[in-house]
Amino acid sequence: MRIAVDLDLCQGHGVCESEAPDVFELGKGDTVTLLDLSPGEDRRAGVEAAVRFCPTTALTILEEE
Amino acid sequence: MTVATERREPPRVSGGTGGTGHLEELRRDPIGLMRRVRDECGDVGVFRLAGREVVLATGAGANECFFRAPEEILDQAEAYPFMTPVFGEGVVFDASPERRREMLHNQALRDKFMRGHAATIAAEVEQMVAGWDDEGVIDLLDWFAELTIYTSSACLVGKRFRAELDKRFAELYHDLEQGTDAIAYVDPYAPIESFRRRDAARVGLVELVQAIMDRRAAAAPPADDDRDLLDVLMSITGDDGTPRFEADEVTGMFISMMFAGHHTTSGTAAWTLVELLRHPGELVAVHDELAELYAGGTDVSYQALREMPRLEASIKEALRLHPPLILLLRVAKQDTECDGFVVRAGQMVGASPAVSNRIPEDFPDPDAFVPARYLDPREEDRANPWTWIPFGAGRHRCVGAAFAMMQLKAIFSVLLLDWEFELAQAPGSYRNDHSKMVVQMQQPCLVRYRRRA
Repeated sequence: MRIAVDLDLCQGHGVCESEAPDVFELGKGDTVTLLDLSPGEDRRAGVEAAVRFCPTTALTILEEE
Repeated sequence: MTVATERREPPRVSGGTGGTGHLEELRRDPIGLMRRVRDECGDVGVFRLAGREVVLATGAGANECFFRAPEEILDQAEAYPFMTPVFGEGVVFDASPERRREMLHNQALRDKFMRGHAATIAAEVEQMVAGWDDEGVIDLLDWFAELTIYTSSACLVGKRFRAELDKRFAELYHDLEQGTDAIAYVDPYAPIESFRRRDAARVGLVELVQAIMDRRAAAAPPADDDRDLLDVLMSITGDDGTPRFEADEVTGMFISMMFAGHHTTSGTAAWTLVELLRHPGELVAVHDELAELYAGGTDVSYQALREMPRLEASIKEALRLHPPLILLLRVAKQDTECDGFVVRAGQMVGASPAVSNRIPEDFPDPDAFVPARYLDPREEDRANPWTWIPFGAGRHRCVGAAFAMMQLKAIFSVLLLDWEFELAQAPGSYRNDHSKMVVQMQQPCLVRYRRRA
């Protein structure tokens, strides 16, 4: 799967980082940084939780054909 | 902003031919006015607020243009002249998106502080209900407004400051909120009663804060762990070694920090309770959910951060039907467009949660309280990110939204588990007072409480 971030919406709450720290990083930045642009299926649960609980709905999973 | 091939002039709504345009209608029936704009003009229409035109966006496409517009095009700073006398000159209504993100990172609203806040809020509710008899009557506006003064001061300034506040602070703060008449668009210092009370209230709050600062200055310094934001501000000195901030500035900062989270949370708590009492089946579902979640003896500080689908759905539905902010405003800094319509520099641009939240195409049976619309698979909030907008959207979306939901979940965890409530007035008699830009429940708004057996 690939992940899309809408940076107009990201406010840097850091919920995604808590859900999937090996995929999303906030660090000292204002908005999220993707550590892994197309994480493997073993990361799906964490990524789905990050998408679901993002307070600003800035994240989307783009399924690959 | 996309480049439109053909930009049209937005239609103008009827009425408003007098000197101040639609100002009087906005003060009397703002939601009626904004609905009429949508009915007559569609997704983009214009009304007039004294010397300024307001381009009002409703519906997904126009709202997305509004919420995505960068600061350089649609600016928030000048859009709320009624806030300047409340905060004091020099204290801004809202920071830039960059500054807001920074505050979120460093300050009280970040994810990792939430559990501590949940415990603080639960303790404040416990302290308020400790003064209750086994049964009695409360006024929802007075009660929740006082509670949320204590919770927001404790979480945002610190517990030491909160401990020095009482009902007087809440009453003065209420006068400030009532001093937000839209007449401020003509003159923020017009000689009207609500503005006189507003200015007296601000003086009164400065006096309370001054007294707290005087006591602290005379007392031994607190232990490092007890220091709160006021201690920090008092410890900052200017170049000449004297304190950098006077009570007036400190009070302005605290008023502005607490403002966004106060009347909004207070009103949403009141409406959630009223709607649950109007819909007993939903109340039972929420109570059963809470009883089950807390059956194992878990703490509110743990549970309020976890999912509570039924309670969350009821809070969201109260927010959709009774959004605390009914009109969000910006000022166009340059010529631009909104959903294909011309917007000129100097015009104001607005979005209306009160209207967009009830668009029937997005929210079937829009005027009904239906918490099930948020449950899987409907999830109408997620399905409509540009029209389900009680917290706004995009770069200026309420940074306190997660804090607010946690706070409301903590409040109802305590209230609904230990107490039963019933309406003390006719169900249809609870309504909002829209005569001020800060919307609050119209008094009286009484409910009866009784300790659960």
